[in-house]
Amino acid sequence: MNEPNKEYIELVKKKMPKSKHLLTMFRAFWVGGLICCIGQGITDLYKHFFSELPEEEIATLTTITLICITVILTGFGIYDKIGAYAGAGSIVPITGFANSVASPAIEHKREGVVLGLCANIFTVAGPVIVFGISSSIAVGIIVLIFKGAFI
Amino acid sequence: MILDYLQVFLVGGIICTIGQVFINTTKMTSARILVGFLLLGVVLETIGVFKYVKEFGMAGATVPITGFGSNLAKGAIKGALENGILGAITGGIEAVAGGIAVVIFISFIVGLISSSKTK
Repeated sequence: MNEPNKEYIELVKKKMPKSKHLLTMFRAFWVGGLICCIGQGITDLYKHFFSELPEEEIATLTTITLICITVILTGFGIYDKIGAYAGAGSIVPITGFANSVASPAIEHKREGVVLGLCANIFTVAGPVIVFGISSSIAVGIIVLIFKGAFI
Repeated sequence: MILDYLQVFLVGGIICTIGQVFINTTKMTSARILVGFLLLGVVLETIGVFKYVKEFGMAGATVPITGFGSNLAKGAIKGALENGILGAITGGIEAVAGGIAVVIFISFIVGLISSSKTK
């Protein structure tokens, strides 16, 4: 068997990470952008059909809809395939949060409903909720101290 | 209309690309990425920058988890101004309660139904 050319391997090593870098960034860009466009589409639909609702409630409804779609796609194993392709493009949107809640829940189900499914729902959601609540309380206290700046 | 969606695509895409740069260069896991962008959203909302990003990017700014963080901060600010200390504590979680409740509930249901063949 022929030994592969050492210079060639060096060259491949030098070239590969950079192009891979650009490729993953491009994938994250278009998938992430597309997911946000879907979110905008859902918002526009709700605005059209429930025009009496305030904007904040429409935003919440949009979030809930995106979460439901993602968790169902995760249940069928489709979202994990999108994630393998898109990287951060599927992690950073709220759909990535929903996927990171549903995915370990499904994966660990065989360890039992209470200690497997329910406990592992929070493997990724836990840190997000802990940091989210803590930072929001910190913001609330800052606002109480410097009230004048926020009115 | 088309321009709106172009703006959404651009802002959402750029935010996700920044996340991808962090993954490529620092090998951060998805939990750290999510927490990082969440805190970014909280900070941007608190200093009042986020509303400009949102004005331009619309869903491109609110669909990424930064929007979740911005909602938390917005709720906390509103609660603190209206109800004092109690509002400061409950305002943030109140604003995102819908999302968290739904994500836990539907994950539980889907987890119960689906078999773990996805792995």
